[in-house]
Amino acid sequence: MDWAVILEWVIKSVILLAVLVTGFAYTTFYERRLLARIQVRVGPNRAGPFGFLQPAADGIKLIFKEELIPAAAYKTIFILAPILTVLPALVITAVVPWGGSIELFGRAIPMSISDINVGILYILSVASISVYGIVLAGWSSNNKYAMLGGLRSSAQMLSYELALGLAFVGPMLIAGSMSLTEIVDAQRGIWFIVYQPLGAFIFYVSMLAEVNRAPFDMPEAEQELTAGYHTEYSGMKFALFFMGEYIKMIAVSAIFASLFLGGYRGPFVEQFPLLGPLYLLIKIAASLGIMIWIRATLPRLRYDRLMAFGWKVLLPLSLLNIFLTAVVIVLLDL
Amino acid sequence: MFRNVAEVLKGMWITFKSMFEGTVTTQYPEVKRPVRHRFKGRHVLKRYDNGLEKCIGCSLCAAACPADAIFVEASENTDETRYSPGERYASTYEINMLRCIYCGYCEDACPTEAIVLGDNYELSFVDRSQSIYTREMLLEPVAPGGKTTPQQVQPGLFNRSIPVMENPD
Repeated sequence: MDWAVILEWVIKSVILLAVLVTGFAYTTFYERRLLARIQVRVGPNRAGPFGFLQPAADGIKLIFKEELIPAAAYKTIFILAPILTVLPALVITAVVPWGGSIELFGRAIPMSISDINVGILYILSVASISVYGIVLAGWSSNNKYAMLGGLRSSAQMLSYELALGLAFVGPMLIAGSMSLTEIVDAQRGIWFIVYQPLGAFIFYVSMLAEVNRAPFDMPEAEQELTAGYHTEYSGMKFALFFMGEYIKMIAVSAIFASLFLGGYRGPFVEQFPLLGPLYLLIKIAASLGIMIWIRATLPRLRYDRLMAFGWKVLLPLSLLNIFLTAVVIVLLDL
Repeated sequence: MFRNVAEVLKGMWITFKSMFEGTVTTQYPEVKRPVRHRFKGRHVLKRYDNGLEKCIGCSLCAAACPADAIFVEASENTDETRYSPGERYASTYEINMLRCIYCGYCEDACPTEAIVLGDNYELSFVDRSQSIYTREMLLEPVAPGGKTTPQQVQPGLFNRSIPVMENPD
């Protein structure tokens, strides 16, 4: 392996991390503005033109906040937990293709960090790691609300991970591959959301549960758990939890776009490969917009109904979806 | 279950519509919404049309104040330095805005309608000593071209503290 490949990976990773962290900041801004619109308000518009500097102001504020560690907390894990939440969210995007390949310095550089042939397994396994961060945060805080939040998070993750995993199977069967790049390539003609409307729906719902977004934000229910697992966190450690949540939102939106909305594909992307990231960004923004819209509309589900919905509705539906997809593929001999 | 899905979609449609409804926000420091007619804001010490102060320093407002926020000290008027009609005027008039509860009893107690709760609600300060509003801060500004106090007046012109009211109600 020559040094140029390693350099290429490092540069691509740095660019991706920069994009994700900036994306996190502006997702919070996007959410606050869109939520405000839905609630017939204006939202943050004071810092900079149209409030564009608001995320920077929030960041500076959080940096200068006091870092509190409760006396009874398990210190090592208390510090480790936010890191464990953010890292998987960042790492998960490594397999998402952001475009075809571009020609630079006589090398063909593919616009994804890596194209592994078990990309979907990688996504599923890495996505589940971040629940450890939440559970450990709840446990190490030594606070009953935080503990309850952590427990709810793990229970929720267990019941929705299955449906999420099974929702991956539909596109996988049609494309005949587990590599995200090949799945995106298979959507050259028609997006998979056309073939897999049920699969896309199941994926989107489980994805909301996976990133703890409303109406599945049980682990951080403000009203009954006083913010759940991050009750005891303050300053940058609190910001890391937020970062983890929002980056994960971006990451799962990117995966959703790659699986069902044709990824980076769009008109003229073959001639101009640089359009690829732009198309993907537009699709991510649309997916994030729907998440925010759902948050503005639906109230939080009751805990038992959430579990019942996961096990009794989503899981059978996703099995049915796989069955139908497989039967159709066999019958049409694709 | 299908009914539930329909309900969710109905809710989503309502929030979708409200996205394009425009906003009801008033951009506060730039745009100020006018207050209601009977709003009780910061006190104003009124003047007569000729520029003399209405307050005669009787301290009835201080007596009526349930929060004990008002302090009045009266001094004698003379025809050379006349502040208000009648014998006396308020040489010191202080309201502690941290104590004031904006009940408006001072307004009711005032025999000359000198103190009125106005429309100013921007009462922020960074120091507790700044919460005491003095006579100069509370007095209504003189109309352009009008005379301020103290005035030099003809003797015998303003010897009634409480003016004759044309419409007592």
